[in-house]
Amino acid sequence: MFTLATFGASIIAGVAGSILGLGGGIIVIPVLTLLMGVDIRYAIGASIVSVIATSSGAAAAYVREHLANMRVAMFLELGTTTGALSGAFLAGIIGGRALYIIFSLVLAYSAFAMFRKRHGEAGMNVPADRLADRLGMHSEYFDEQAQVVVPYRVTHTGIGLVLMYVAGVVSGLLGIGSGSLKVPAMDLAMRLPIKVSSATSNFMIGVTAAASAGVYFARGDIDPFIAAPVAAGVLVGATAGSRVLGKLTNKAIRTAFVFVLAWICIEMMWKGVHG
Amino acid sequence: MSDAQRMMEEKDKTVHQVELVISVLLRVGVVVSLLVVVAGTVLSFVHHPGYLSNGKDLGALTKPGAAAPHSIAEVASGVRQWRGQDVVVAGLLLLIATPVMRVAVSIVAFLVEKDKLFALITAGVLALLLLSFFLGKAGG
Repeated sequence: MFTLATFGASIIAGVAGSILGLGGGIIVIPVLTLLMGVDIRYAIGASIVSVIATSSGAAAAYVREHLANMRVAMFLELGTTTGALSGAFLAGIIGGRALYIIFSLVLAYSAFAMFRKRHGEAGMNVPADRLADRLGMHSEYFDEQAQVVVPYRVTHTGIGLVLMYVAGVVSGLLGIGSGSLKVPAMDLAMRLPIKVSSATSNFMIGVTAAASAGVYFARGDIDPFIAAPVAAGVLVGATAGSRVLGKLTNKAIRTAFVFVLAWICIEMMWKGVHG
Repeated sequence: MSDAQRMMEEKDKTVHQVELVISVLLRVGVVVSLLVVVAGTVLSFVHHPGYLSNGKDLGALTKPGAAAPHSIAEVASGVRQWRGQDVVVAGLLLLIATPVMRVAVSIVAFLVEKDKLFALITAGVLALLLLSFFLGKAGG
């Protein structure tokens, strides 16, 4: 029963995670701890596995379809991995509760900014960025829903790298927020189309999570009886979800993302205030 | 067709090949680890039918103190004895290794593409990843 219920919930987490560019931890952790009564330690271990499963399962499709921008991803991974390493060192120094509150405020701002942007996509009309030119990041993708090829230009690459570093620190410290900070950073600062932001975030989160997975494994936090149904369910869900992303409208993805951001924002604020 | 256009098309083609290679690698990693995880789960249910019928046994395994296997040596010896839970963990480790492999293969792909800058960037990411594994081991 436990195995089947966890498997089912993980399929949903995989679908949602692959469409929104998140790891699915926001679904997996509460389901495991609140509904299944699993210890938080093992829930976090399973959630790390779920992030890697979402990423690898969905990115296989996104890379082939040219929806994920590999050059943007590879470059930004420099920031996220460095950040994740710093986060592991800072873990003892910075207090958790204050961090939850700051994280929550950042998410609130991102949700608000993304909500305001819900009607338009930047595309080609962005400020020039020499670093993006130099790194050959500008690209195009085929929008399945609109049935057109959408060319786009990348901007503010430097700011993007700094934001990815911050996202890496936060996920290293709190074990969450890998995708919820990456997507807004690519969407709001680097002005990538929302589908490209989500697909590229999906591609990247696996690497950030793999960096911390080693630590969780060595600590014995990855319990096979919990992580197995989660991994299997998320893989099935992410493979299905990766077929859906292209068919949705930008507005629908953006709206769903704003809701999820607002939800995480409330959850984090609660944790920060109540401990 | 002008030379410049032809060059652009050539470049697009190699870029596309790199993406295909990475896509196939990710898919293989995902399918293989999924098969191993499922095989391990079936194996442990066959060895311990009690996990299926009575939630208490499984419950005991998912509570703190259940001591999940946590070293590669431990998992390897368990797999040799066909212990279900170690087979599951081996599958999970394959899953964790998939993004790392992806980064390693990308370095080669960028080199084939004669894109030294990106080969260097990707090598940097791999170095940071490996560093985090070693530091994690020391700290954990």
